[in-house]
Amino acid sequence: MGIFPFLVVAWIVVVGLYGIVTSRDLIHQIVCLIVVQSSTYVLLLGVGYVTGGASPYFFDIPQHTRAVDPIVQALALTDVVVEAAVTALLLSFAVQAYKRFGTLDPLELTQFKG
Amino acid sequence: MIPDAAMNTLQVVVLVLVAAGAMVVVRSKVRVRQVLALSVYGVLLAILFFVFQAPDVTLSELTVGAVALPIILLLAIAKVRKPEQ
Amino acid sequence: MTPRQRAWFFAVAAAGLVACYLWAFTGLPGFGNYPGPYGQEILRRAVGETHATGVVSAVNFLYRGFDTVGEEFILFAAAAGMSVLLRKLRAERETGPADEADSRTIPATSSAVRIPALLLVGPTVVIGWWLASHAQTNPSGGFQGGVILATAFILVYLSGEFFTFRKLSPVVLVDAVEALGAGGFAAVGLAAVVMNLPFLYNYLPLGQFPGAISSSGTIALISFFVGLEVAAAFVLIVGELLEQTLLRSA
Repeated sequence: MGIFPFLVVAWIVVVGLYGIVTSRDLIHQIVCLIVVQSSTYVLLLGVGYVTGGASPYFFDIPQHTRAVDPIVQALALTDVVVEAAVTALLLSFAVQAYKRFGTLDPLELTQFKG
Repeated sequence: MIPDAAMNTLQVVVLVLVAAGAMVVVRSKVRVRQVLALSVYGVLLAILFFVFQAPDVTLSELTVGAVALPIILLLAIAKVRKPEQ
Repeated sequence: MTPRQRAWFFAVAAAGLVACYLWAFTGLPGFGNYPGPYGQEILRRAVGETHATGVVSAVNFLYRGFDTVGEEFILFAAAAGMSVLLRKLRAERETGPADEADSRTIPATSSAVRIPALLLVGPTVVIGWWLASHAQTNPSGGFQGGVILATAFILVYLSGEFFTFRKLSPVVLVDAVEALGAGGFAAVGLAAVVMNLPFLYNYLPLGQFPGAISSSGTIALISFFVGLEVAAAFVLIVGELLEQTLLRSA
């Protein structure tokens, strides 16, 4: 169990990047970008885990029980919500591209210059 | 309290499921099916965060990744869909 | 570059990336052996200093409150950017929600979808508010509560009542609520500066015992504002995309 979660993180990143590189559709690319982002959440939580630790909420457990790291959880928490809004902004870019050029194929879109 | 070995096995199982889910999402070709796969992937991620002792992140991922994000994606897909002949 | 060449180039680059990752991960102290002094120090002090039993929210809104201000303004900017991008172009006009395939008979939204969706709107709002106002005690907080509140509005749309959704979320009101949320957070922080304290210092009374609703000073207040802002941002995003489906190019 030493570095298995981190191997899964590397796998998710490579799979997501593979989807972005070989994609023929902007919407498919955006969903693959979401997958790549999710790997960072797994990495953050994997780094902060303490074996045998409880979650860092001391409402009903005594105050000095061993707990997992709360800082990475705070980072991952705001991350998840904010990235959804940024993905929505990316989607509106895709919608505008469709309205102007009529296509969502990235290979065709690169041929429009200026 | 759950013994450490059982917790470890649970974590390994969910990690493998998440890795498989990522592959399924990337390899889906039809747009709407990919959105549904993303929704299931969001639920799997939420289970993973729960097993990593992070209930706050679980709540966020569940509401955002399984509900709000697929709705936003489906609306965008409805906009760029070619009108049926 | 043809797609095949691009795929080979990616294969080489991915191999290099994976090699760098492996090199990095083998230098970590292994899964489950988190050594870091910062996290353990926060766990020791947080409940005593802030009387908040939810340490993650205390970290989010107090110890690393500055990061959270930045993230919230990212949310604000994303919603504003969408409003700018998806404005009505000159060549578009708005049509009513007409059925595009007139020859098909599409059934109305079935009762099995409408009734549970409408029944769930009330409990969803209650759960959203409960989560947004209990940041200091339970695994909850402004971000999750805000998204669940926005989901309540989306449930109204999903039950087939598109016009009710539009009436319930007029753009002017939602914009104002979002600005109130973002500005309120910044104002709470700036009020500390006005009192000659550092930005986002916890200056409100801390409550008698940890875990009460009125404990933890500014954390509860900031969580409330964040909940408002996140809910308004998501309702705005979904509303913008919904209006786009009504626009047709002339």
